[in-house]
Amino acid sequence: MNRLTYIGIFIAAVLILVAVFAPFIATHDPVVQNLLTRYAPQSAEHWFGTDALGRDVFSRLVYGARISLQVGIVVTVVSVIIGTIIGAIAGFYGGWVDKILSGYLFNVFMAFPGLLLAIALVAFLGAGLGKLMLALCIIGWVGYARVMRGQVLKVREFDFVQAARALGASNLRILFIHILPNAIQPLIVQASLGMAGAVLSEASLSFLGLGIPPPAPSWGTMLEESRGFDTLAAAPHVFFFPALAIALTVLAFNFIGDGLREYLDPKQRKR
Amino acid sequence: MKYKLVNFAKQLGLLLLVVWTVVSLVTLLIEIVPGDPATAILGENATPEQVANFNQKHGLNKPAFFFSYKSETGFQWHGADNRYVDYWKGLLTGDLGKSFRTDRPVADMIIERYPNTIKLALASMFIAILIAVPLGVLAGTNKGSLIDNFSSFVALLGISLPSFVVGPFLVYIFAVKLGWFAPTGSYNPEDIVLPAFTLGAALSAILTRMVRSSVIEELGEDYVRTARAKGLSEKVVVYKHVLKNGLIPVVTILGLQLGVLMAGAIITEKIFMWQGLGLLLLDDGIAKRDYRIVQGCVLVISVTYILANTLTDLVYSWLDPRIRLS
Repeated sequence: MNRLTYIGIFIAAVLILVAVFAPFIATHDPVVQNLLTRYAPQSAEHWFGTDALGRDVFSRLVYGARISLQVGIVVTVVSVIIGTIIGAIAGFYGGWVDKILSGYLFNVFMAFPGLLLAIALVAFLGAGLGKLMLALCIIGWVGYARVMRGQVLKVREFDFVQAARALGASNLRILFIHILPNAIQPLIVQASLGMAGAVLSEASLSFLGLGIPPPAPSWGTMLEESRGFDTLAAAPHVFFFPALAIALTVLAFNFIGDGLREYLDPKQRKR
Repeated sequence: MKYKLVNFAKQLGLLLLVVWTVVSLVTLLIEIVPGDPATAILGENATPEQVANFNQKHGLNKPAFFFSYKSETGFQWHGADNRYVDYWKGLLTGDLGKSFRTDRPVADMIIERYPNTIKLALASMFIAILIAVPLGVLAGTNKGSLIDNFSSFVALLGISLPSFVVGPFLVYIFAVKLGWFAPTGSYNPEDIVLPAFTLGAALSAILTRMVRSSVIEELGEDYVRTARAKGLSEKVVVYKHVLKNGLIPVVTILGLQLGVLMAGAIITEKIFMWQGLGLLLLDDGIAKRDYRIVQGCVLVISVTYILANTLTDLVYSWLDPRIRLS
């Protein structure tokens, strides 16, 4: 693995620690307002300054990491599980099952631009953390399912699968004990890239006011609140810190994904 | 020829099936609104008559679908006089229903905004090409050099930075600090510059990577050696031979990205108050709970996306016979 991958792993580790120990790291309550200290610059009291309502930007960022990672992890894990099951069924059984799943269902879900479908779902369902995660899972699983189907199609032809069949193993056993462990590798790469995608999607929806309602300190909401001309002119730091946090997070998971891909696929390593 | 026709028919069939499902899903989305649209629009204090009038006017008093199932009443068959059929009938005559709030036909509102979104998408595509082709060629022809690393870094940034980070950042530099452009709006011709850069940033990053790897791949081909052996200058080899072949995958990406840009434009339009479909969807549709507008916008953006993708596949297979035959 190259240096960037390690940088990615390091940033991700820091993020996880920050999210887990948020109450100990944050210096202020993330939602308490103090209009007397609006737009305060960086200081010993407020490390990253304060926002338009006098809230401590650093503390909001720290708690925001919780929301981002929570959404990222839940959405990725659930999407991977659903995608793996459906993709594996499509690839393993083939025939009309595959035609319905990969020929039709996958195409329908790929036909929507992901973000648009998420926006539509949240618009009709209403905002909130649970609904947002539901919407992101609905758009997220199909990517994993496609990869899984392709992998299972390949692996099911291997000799050890034939051997297991000859020994009288059931379909379920063959699929879960023999095929899946040998087919899951590319999904790991995709999951780390998907994690970046999920964090971004949450921020996007929150930015549009469709995610987690204020005053919860989502990074997307923080950007939305600070992107106005007046705030940018008066106190650009209110915008820059959350922007940096999102960029670093996404970069980190992209680095990890790219590094894992190279590591797992020797053909890529030479390039 | 017969094989081609069968294949084409199959693709067309799938396309129609997908479009039908997408339209059906969007039509039925309104059923998942908590409460009902009438209360959302008229408020909790609306009298039953007002609600009934509203539902009558917008055809919401009819059953949603051909049948329904409730635990109290069990399975019920409603016949063809339902909202699903109504929406389809309207759709086939170009009628997307009327806005719940203003009574304006949704189709008119969309037609008004659609050109703005297309304009923005095309402008950002243009900017992306302008950045990506020279940068990608430079990186590809100088593999491993400083400029290659630099372009990789720029591409990585472009991919990792979302539009809602890039956009306000550009506003900060070019509107707040330098005062060259207005921070928002779509009234003057130059107003398109910042939104187009914002929307095109990610695309230019993807394209740079593609151009680079395809230039590297083509440089290893036999015809390049032949061209060099003929004594052609490196410039002619790269720009006349390599780039021509290397751009085939780029064309596909561009086509596919037109759809992505249309969807991505939603955020960019919001940042810059660009009067396109995305802003219609967000400000007039979602923010005011005008579900007819939401339906119409989602429908039009999705169908544009699907058509752009299908068209790209066709163009691609036409450009590259290897794909057509496989």
